[in-house]
Amino acid sequence: MSSSPSAEPDFSIERNGADIRIALSGAWTIAGSRALEKAAEALGAAGKGAANVAIDFAGVGRVDTAGAWLIDKARAQIAAAGAATEYQSLDADQTILLREAAFCEREPARVRKVNILLHILTQLGGWSVMIGGNVMTGVAFLGELAMAALRVTLNPSQMRPTSMVFHMEHFALRAVPIIVTINFLVGCIVTQQSIFQLRRFGASTYAIDLIGVLVLRELGVLLTSIMIAGRSGSAITAELGSMKMREEIDALRVMGMAPMDVLVLPRIMALVFSLPLLTFVGDIAALGGGMLTAYLYDGISAESFLVRLQDAIGLNTFLVGLIKSPFMALVIGMIACIEGFRVQGSAESLGRQVTIAVVNAIFMVIFVDGLFAVFFAGVHY
Amino acid sequence: MESSEKKPIIRVRGLCVSFGTKAILKGLDLDVQPGEVTGFVGGSGQGKSVLTRTILGLVKKQAGEIEVFGENIDRLSPLEHRVLERRWGVMFQGGALFSGLTVKQNIQAPMREYLSLSQSVMDELALLKIKLVGLDADAADKFPSELSGGMVKRAALARALALDPELVFLDEPTSGLDPIGAADFDELIATLRKTLGLTVFMVTHDLDSLYSICDTIAALADGKVIAAGPLSTMLASDHPWLRAYFHGRRSRAIVKPDFDFVGLGAPETAAS
Ligand SMILES: Nc1ncnc2c1ncn2[C@@H]1O[C@H](COP(=O)(O)OP(=O)(O)OP(=O)(O)O)[C@@H](O)[C@H]1O
Ligand SMILES: [Mg+2]
Repeated sequence: MSSSPSAEPDFSIERNGADIRIALSGAWTIAGSRALEKAAEALGAAGKGAANVAIDFAGVGRVDTAGAWLIDKARAQIAAAGAATEYQSLDADQTILLREAAFCEREPARVRKVNILLHILTQLGGWSVMIGGNVMTGVAFLGELAMAALRVTLNPSQMRPTSMVFHMEHFALRAVPIIVTINFLVGCIVTQQSIFQLRRFGASTYAIDLIGVLVLRELGVLLTSIMIAGRSGSAITAELGSMKMREEIDALRVMGMAPMDVLVLPRIMALVFSLPLLTFVGDIAALGGGMLTAYLYDGISAESFLVRLQDAIGLNTFLVGLIKSPFMALVIGMIACIEGFRVQGSAESLGRQVTIAVVNAIFMVIFVDGLFAVFFAGVHY
Repeated sequence: MESSEKKPIIRVRGLCVSFGTKAILKGLDLDVQPGEVTGFVGGSGQGKSVLTRTILGLVKKQAGEIEVFGENIDRLSPLEHRVLERRWGVMFQGGALFSGLTVKQNIQAPMREYLSLSQSVMDELALLKIKLVGLDADAADKFPSELSGGMVKRAALARALALDPELVFLDEPTSGLDPIGAADFDELIATLRKTLGLTVFMVTHDLDSLYSICDTIAALADGKVIAAGPLSTMLASDHPWLRAYFHGRRSRAIVKPDFDFVGLGAPETAAS
C-alpha cells in the first residue's frame, strides 16, 4: 500500500523498445467512479503497438472487484491487439481477486429492430385480445361468484358474518363523513345554479323539483358509487393484490379455503349492503344542501321546501336511485377483486392494477348508470 | 494474537430496544473488529434482526450508543449518514429486492445512486457480481418474483456487494440454500474478506458457516450478548443455551475431530 488509499486511479508507462511496462498507482476502486472508468479505458489503449506488456501492481493502493475487473478487461484488450501480457508484483490477495473477477467475453444484449407499423398493429391486436379477455374474465368471475353465493345461501353456516360486518364498517360506516360532505356540497352547488338559471323565468321554485329529481334519480347514487370506487375499490385491489404477491392466496388455497368464499364474497356482499345505505345517506345530505341553499338564495323556508319536494317526487324517483346502487356495488367489487388477483410479483404491478381497478370501476359505474337511464325510460318508471 | 487493540468497526454499548412494553435488547454490548467475519447466533425471535436493523438506523433505540466506522451514528448529520451508508452493504433476511426491477437493475440501483459510470460498464459490473455470487447470467434480466428462494439470496448478496463495501451485514445468508450452494457462499465471503479486507457481520444459524468462516462468534440470549469470542470460547462456554447449540444433536456431525476441546469430554466423533 504505497500510495494513499484515496488517490485517483492512474498509471505511468515505461517504454523499452517493443516492451512496455505499465505501473499502476492510486486506488482502483469503484469509488473512483468516472475516473476509474477513464483510467481503465486509457489503460486498454496504452499497450498499442507493443509486443510485451507488463502491468505492475507494485505502486497500487486498494483494488476492489470492479477495479480488478476493469484492469483485467484492459489487459484482455491489449492481448487481443496481439501483445503478450503479464502481471507483475501481484501479492497473493490480488492474485485471487484477479482470478475471481477475471474478464470474460460476454455477448452484448441484442436489441431487436421493429417495424413501427407492425408495432402499432401488434399493439392494437394485443389490446383487442386484452379487452376480449377482460369481458371473458368478468363473465367467468360473475359465474364463480354466483356459485359461491349459491353455496353460501344453501349452507348458511358457511357465511362469514364477522368478516362481512368488519368490511361493512370500513366500506360504509367510515365512509359516511366524506359521502355526506361531498353530497351536501354538490346539492348546494346544483341548487344554487338552478336558482340562478330559473330565476330568469321567474320559476326559481322549480329548482326544488330539479334538485329532488336529479339527486334522487342520478346524482346521489353516482357520486356515492364513484367515491366508493375510489375509496373501497382501491383498498380491495391493494389488499388482495398484496396478498397475491406474498403467496397468501396460494396458502389459503392449499389449506382448502376458496379465496372466492373467504376473500371475495364477504367483500362484495359488504359492498352490496353498504352502497344502498350510503346512497340513502348521500341523498339526504344532498337534499339538505339544497334546502339550505334555497333558503339562503331564495328565502324558501324548510317547510315550503319539503312541501314542494313532496309534490315534485314520488316514491319511484327515490327507488330508481336506490335500485341501481347494489348493481353499482357489484360492478365495483368485481372489478376490484379481478384486478387484485391480476397483480403479479412486483410492487409496480400492484400500483398499476389499483389504478386500472379505480379507472375501470368509475367508467363502468357511469356506463351502467347510462344503461339504467335507458332502461327506466323504456319502462316509464 | 487477538486483535483487541484495534479499533472496532462496530461498537455497541448498553443498547436497549423495546417494542411497546416488550424489551427485546436489554443493555447489549458488542464489538466487531475490522477485517473479521463475525457470526451472530441466537434463538429465533431473540432479536438478531432487530439488532442489525438498529445498527443500520432502521429501528429506534431507547438507550445506548452505537458507533460504526468509529462514528457515533446519533451525532451524524443526514449527509454524513449517507456517506456512511455508502460504505456498508446490507443483505436483509427476506432479500428485500426491489420487486419492480430486474436482478441486474437491482444491483445497479446503488451504483446509479452514488456513482457516475457509463451504462455499459454498469451492465458489465452487474454481470460480474452476478457471476461472483454464483448466479447464471440469464438471471440478470429476471424479476425477483421469477427467482427461486436461493436465487433471491444470491441476488440480494450481489446487491449488497454492488459498491464493494468495507462492511457487510448479512442476515441469514445461507438459510434456504442447498449445502453446496451454502459452502460456495461461505467460500465467496471468505475470499472477499481476504482479498478486499471486508468486514462481515453475519447473523446465521448455519453451523457450517460458523465453523468454516467466522473468526468471532457472538451469542445473543435474553437481550444481551452472553458470550463472544472465537469458536473455542463458544465450545468451552457452559451457558446452557450455548451448550445445547454447539453440542446438540445437529452439531455433532460437524465438530471436527482434531479440534482442541477445552475442558470438554471428547465427543463421539473423536473415534475417527
Ligand atoms: N416492528 C416490530 N414490532 C414489534 N415487535 C417486533 C418488531 N420487529 C421485531 N419484533 C419482535 O422482536 C423480537 C425479535 O425479532 P427478530 O426479528 O430480531 O428475531 P431474530 O432473532 O432475527 O429471529 P430469527 O432467527 O427467527 O430471524 C421478536 O419477538 C419479534 O416479535
Ligand atoms: Mg431474523
